[in-house]
Amino acid sequence: MNNARANILARLWTAISPDDLAPFESSVAGSALELSRTERVARLKQRMEAMHAEVVITSANGWIDALKATLRQRLLNGLLYAPDTALGKALAAVWDSDLPPLVGYTETIEQCKERLFAIDASITSTQGGLADVGALILWPDSDEPRLMSLAPALHIAVLDAAKIHDSLAQAIAHEHWREKMPTNILLISGPSKTADIELVLTFGVHGPKELIVLILDG
Amino acid sequence: MPTRPQKVYYFGTCLIDLCYPQAGMAGIELLQREGVEVLFPQQQSCCGQPAYNSGFPEEARKVARQQLKAFPNDYPIVVPSGSCGGMLKHHYPKLFANQPEFAEAQRFSGQVMELTEFLVTVLEIQLEDRGQPIKVTWHSSCSALREMRVIDYSKSLLRQLRNVELVELRRERECCGFGGSFSVKQADLSSAMVSDKVADIEKTGASRLLSGDCGCLMHIGGALDYQKSLIPAQHIAEFVWERVHG
Amino acid sequence: MANSSVVDFPKNFTKALNDPQLRHNLRSAMDTLGMRRRTLFSDPVSFEQLRATGDEIRQRALRQLPELLEKLEKKCTENGIQVHWAETPAEANQICLEIIQRHNAHRVIKGKSMVSEEMHLNHFLAEHDVEALETDLGEYIIQLDHETPSHIIVPAIHKNRDQIARLFHDKIPNTPYTEVVEELNAIARKVLREKFLAGEVGVSGVNFAVAETGTLCLVENEGNGRMCTTAPPVHIAVMGLEKVVERLDDVPPLLRLLTGSATGQLITTYFNMITSPRKAGEKDGPKEVHLVLLDNGRSKIWADPELRQTLKCIRCGACLNHCPVYTRLGGHAYGYVYPGPIGSILTPQIEGLVNAGAMATASTFCGACEEVCPVKIPITDILRRLRNESYQKVDTPHAVKGHGYKLSVIESLTWKGWALNNMMPWANALSAKLLGLLSAQLPRLPKVGLLKYWGQSRTLPKFAARSLHALAKEKGLRDE
Ligand code: SF4
Repeated sequence: MNNARANILARLWTAISPDDLAPFESSVAGSALELSRTERVARLKQRMEAMHAEVVITSANGWIDALKATLRQRLLNGLLYAPDTALGKALAAVWDSDLPPLVGYTETIEQCKERLFAIDASITSTQGGLADVGALILWPDSDEPRLMSLAPALHIAVLDAAKIHDSLAQAIAHEHWREKMPTNILLISGPSKTADIELVLTFGVHGPKELIVLILDG
Repeated sequence: MPTRPQKVYYFGTCLIDLCYPQAGMAGIELLQREGVEVLFPQQQSCCGQPAYNSGFPEEARKVARQQLKAFPNDYPIVVPSGSCGGMLKHHYPKLFANQPEFAEAQRFSGQVMELTEFLVTVLEIQLEDRGQPIKVTWHSSCSALREMRVIDYSKSLLRQLRNVELVELRRERECCGFGGSFSVKQADLSSAMVSDKVADIEKTGASRLLSGDCGCLMHIGGALDYQKSLIPAQHIAEFVWERVHG
Repeated sequence: MANSSVVDFPKNFTKALNDPQLRHNLRSAMDTLGMRRRTLFSDPVSFEQLRATGDEIRQRALRQLPELLEKLEKKCTENGIQVHWAETPAEANQICLEIIQRHNAHRVIKGKSMVSEEMHLNHFLAEHDVEALETDLGEYIIQLDHETPSHIIVPAIHKNRDQIARLFHDKIPNTPYTEVVEELNAIARKVLREKFLAGEVGVSGVNFAVAETGTLCLVENEGNGRMCTTAPPVHIAVMGLEKVVERLDDVPPLLRLLTGSATGQLITTYFNMITSPRKAGEKDGPKEVHLVLLDNGRSKIWADPELRQTLKCIRCGACLNHCPVYTRLGGHAYGYVYPGPIGSILTPQIEGLVNAGAMATASTFCGACEEVCPVKIPITDILRRLRNESYQKVDTPHAVKGHGYKLSVIESLTWKGWALNNMMPWANALSAKLLGLLSAQLPRLPKVGLLKYWGQSRTLPKFAARSLHALAKEKGLRDE
């Protein structure tokens, strides 16, 4: 079995041709999109709504009220949140008793798997957004683990309008991703969906059935 | 746009030669009508595609060499077929890659043009329709569509004809299932494909099926005939010549 | 790769062609997928530019393949991902099994992966007392029915909702019969949620692996892939070794081409980039991530510059959706894991011409596949090459396995005769004349030999009394 590596590489290195080693000339030019902040917000909203996400444009001061209003319209058994983040602290400071209780993701998955999969909703921050395709960028970490945006049926994401990029290419370049790739990066464009039965599009197959994006613009 | 030449070569194709010479002659008439002298090398035969596509490149090359010899001068080589045109224009350089005739094959390929494209772009032909009103439909051969990319030219000829109504097929871009030896080696598949094509044609209500390729016409025409359809299949050159000739 | 060693293509084809339900299901699905793709790539100029970029990225990656694989291995290892190499599916299966056994695991949850199909991993694991459950909805459906995928993107596309409704009702305990797609999805969601909780090892494929950062990229809509790569403590990613790309910057154009070509989506719901196992302090994600690199003939294909282009494939399935042959047969008739145009060029190279060479004959060379292929694979040229090598013993180191298997005296002689006839103008003229005379005697040619097959749905053409050569001469056309 250990020979597999040596054999495969030997086959490849032996077969390499001079052409393969010559410098590679690129002949295609890329064309980049350049959008204003307002356009980026508008495009992301329009694209994500087309993918059945609910997008609310709010402000740095008003978003918690917007969130509360949304939550009060639903019957939820709890809101999974990250207690150690700025966002989590802001929520905990002003949480009301009539709202679904905040549940911190404080243990490892091995300790809380069953409970985690039973919670109705979650709220996370985002690393940014992509205007051209309409997607969120998430960099889950020790405070905001990966399953937060996957296990609950409702995922609420908070997005700072200033962090919406024109495109994935731009996000990778501007934020220097290649130098600091985290454990996991996610692009999320809407609630989970499938079209595996007769290509009929239905939402909420394995992941969240609903995605709400709160864009903090101003 | 190439300048208007005084002389052109005509590559008649083997299928037209044997089964549809009237379509070949119509193409010649249209060229002559525009004041161009048509040269017809008697040494020509087949483009070599049947062997080329069936796994016999050596045999294809032998036949192709004969064509290189038959068309020695630098006149445009006009071909009333997208399929044979595609072979001559796009596959000869591949067939002769690493062969002594490579340069010759490139020279030859560079001169090849499909008939309707030549009539429209080089000769800027103007047609006056002298025929009775008729509804026709159009089949795009795959090579005319994807290799030679001449469908717009073919259809623009039809659109010049005042009394001709062109009704498009629902699946105009889908292959009729001919594919040369495919039609007999995969006869069931080929039959399934052509039956769908026939149904599509019947649905248009057209009274004639036109195409720029006699391979497809032989195939679809044969299927129409087999199903006792009254819709004849005809090469575009023959149809256009009939309309303008009166 | 085959489900049984010998595939009876003619029988499979006839069976598929005689199944009107199948043809109907496929036709409408392929029309929809094609239409969605066209809507997304509606501007031909920008599409051509994008796919030129995609082609270039894949070419650039392939020409540096050995170097990039070494780099990928190095980067992954630095990131804590354990890299394994397998020459054959059997080796790859064994690697997976050993990892699973090391964790005393018996329940594997799987995201969609064509390479795992190529390995027949589920079957292998089942023989070793490990249950591998497919969690992609389409894969789940066919697994319930003990079938294989009939399409590389939409694996259950050959089934309609009634068939799925009956299947769920029969196979999932306490499930009422329903044809409502939303309800069918909800049933699957419920069953699979429990499985996600219980899964001990997750298996996934890989869409692109980025050498410069050691990142595995996965594209999906459902979220099951994320589940499989996040919830269990161990994640095994299996990939064909051609899936490596050089840079992170190569990802955005390929992603756009993949989702757009496959389903006409600007982007899928999820794009999942995995660069390491769970780090200290992180609360979820697998503690171990393994990457299995499978060769299975790819390094041999790679050695030939023309055949190598096969490996540019990003498995978008667009060539299937646009193929008039696939549309009429569906995937199962091909008998191997990869159907349609990509299957017809890839499979004979992996399985050899003797087993799978017939796949290369199931094409009219219509070129619809090439027209949509997002990385510009010259599919028809490669099919032609496979046909050539079927008939010829080739004297090069890169010849496809089984070359010359069709060597047949009769067929060779036929083409030699044809060539002779078309090389010599006098012979050509004579035969034209004879055929012309013949047609005057017989209104139609007799239906014998191959003509019999022609005659099953088409009447035969008539030979003209006088050939174009003769008419041109009569008309006084000159030669120069
Ligand atoms: S061959 Fe091209 S079109 Fe077909 S699956 Fe591969 S990338 Fe897609």
